Amino acid sequence: MQKVKEKIIEAILLICSSITVLTTIGIIIILAIETFQFFKDVSIVEFFTGTEWTPLFANKKFGILPLVSGTLLTTFIAILVALPLGLTIAVYLNEYADKRFKAVIKPLLEVLAAIPTVVYGFFALTFITPILQSFIPSLAGFNALSAGLVMGIMIIPYVSSMSEDALSAVPNSLREAAYGMGSTRLQTAFKVMLPAASSGVIVSVILAISRAIGETMIVAVAAGQEPRLTFNPLNSIETITTYIVQVSMGDVPQNSIEFRSIFAAGITLFGLTFILNNISFWMKRKFVQRYE
Amino acid sequence: MNKLEAKDVNLHYGEKHALKGISMGIKANSVTAFIGPSGCGKSTFLRCFNRMNDLIDNCRVEGEILIDGRDIYKNRINVVDHRKKIGMVFQKPNPFPKSIYENVAYGLRINGISHKKYLDETVEKSLRQAALWDEVKDDLKKSALALSGGQQQRLCIARTLAVEPSVILMDEPASALDPISTAKIEELIHDLKDRYTIVIVTHNMQQAARVSDNTAFFYLGELIEYDETSNIFTNPAKEATQNYVTGRFG
Repeated sequence: MQKVKEKIIEAILLICSSITVLTTIGIIIILAIETFQFFKDVSIVEFFTGTEWTPLFANKKFGILPLVSGTLLTTFIAILVALPLGLTIAVYLNEYADKRFKAVIKPLLEVLAAIPTVVYGFFALTFITPILQSFIPSLAGFNALSAGLVMGIMIIPYVSSMSEDALSAVPNSLREAAYGMGSTRLQTAFKVMLPAASSGVIVSVILAISRAIGETMIVAVAAGQEPRLTFNPLNSIETITTYIVQVSMGDVPQNSIEFRSIFAAGITLFGLTFILNNISFWMKRKFVQRYE
Repeated sequence: MNKLEAKDVNLHYGEKHALKGISMGIKANSVTAFIGPSGCGKSTFLRCFNRMNDLIDNCRVEGEILIDGRDIYKNRINVVDHRKKIGMVFQKPNPFPKSIYENVAYGLRINGISHKKYLDETVEKSLRQAALWDEVKDDLKKSALALSGGQQQRLCIARTLAVEPSVILMDEPASALDPISTAKIEELIHDLKDRYTIVIVTHNMQQAARVSDNTAFFYLGELIEYDETSNIFTNPAKEATQNYVTGRFG
């Protein structure tokens, strides 16, 4: 009797854990089938090299590059904000701050990542953009710049918290060696601790990039819906995620080519973040090996 | 005048009274060994000489520590500059995750020296002094972490020698090493004595007897006895010292 009970519990646990795996597999299958259908009508070469994306116009063009450029542009701006700020915060918390101060500040910073992104989106659209427009008159109402800046603030905790964890994992003996040689705090932090924690820091940055690439609400609200192959941040652009939202919420009929295009866009996005996550997974393993 | 001088040094970790009224003088160009059972305060006392205890929260030092007659716990002392003159070698080899060359050049670089020829010469000279040059001269660009434990420890000594300190503090420098590496380190200590004042903490009594001129025995935060090494090991004045060096406790 006991044995049967054990078996049942084991089966239930197995089913629970299978659900996550099956869901992932299901998503990939659906993405793949719909994308396959899509590429029956649209040339794969045109899709990856075309410079115009006009699936909702009468003259349909399916070149994903404008969406990719929009995604990369906002992501780049976000990293430009998050990397220096996040690293500075991590170094400050690890090397300078009082332990009690760090215990309070670190969770508070992580709250930044918990704010609903739609709030960030409206913050960018109704607060940041008007302020920036007073400096830069040519700035469009919807633009990559303010969406990128605000997204940068959102991902600061990804960089700062995880980099701080990586810095904390560096053996204290290295810090002692640095101070013993007569290093200042700044030298200890930037010449010894950061290089020693470099793979952990890189992992944090890659995960932050993945997060920025996949971010939807901020760019959908504040960056516009104009697919445009440009790297000028003052323009209104469209990201891959925004396009998916735009079509999903519109009245495009199922099984039409417009409908299928969101799956092709989705798989492009999935491919990007999948590669980045794998790189970070690989770096993380390398890092653990070195210090244990 | 003594190179190093401690006058009535008391140290507290929070509530714990870890060093109790220690006074002693250390002559220039000598090797002094600190011995005693674990937790007796010998490492803590060693770390007073380069103010490494400053890195620990709740650590309070009272009394005077003089180096060349200057009190290093006075406020106007620049701790960073002071540490540059006092080299330190730790229990566990702790090379930086950089190349062999960059490890040795580190101390010069943080002092703003970047003259290539001078760096090359100093790196070679320091590695030779640390008896490591012949083993690594062909792969100076290799990561220091790829070296063996004994080589890493000699690299750490070379790193310290590169900035030409006048004092070298060694905190159980051979405790993590095999006997052959240990013998090399001891030989090195012997060679370095002419130019440096060396203070070494060790758990290994034979090592203390082999390398040091003077030995200080610590017990429960107090300095029990301090004398020439031969006296400590053959004819100690205190019974506690006698018991410790003959292995009856500790």
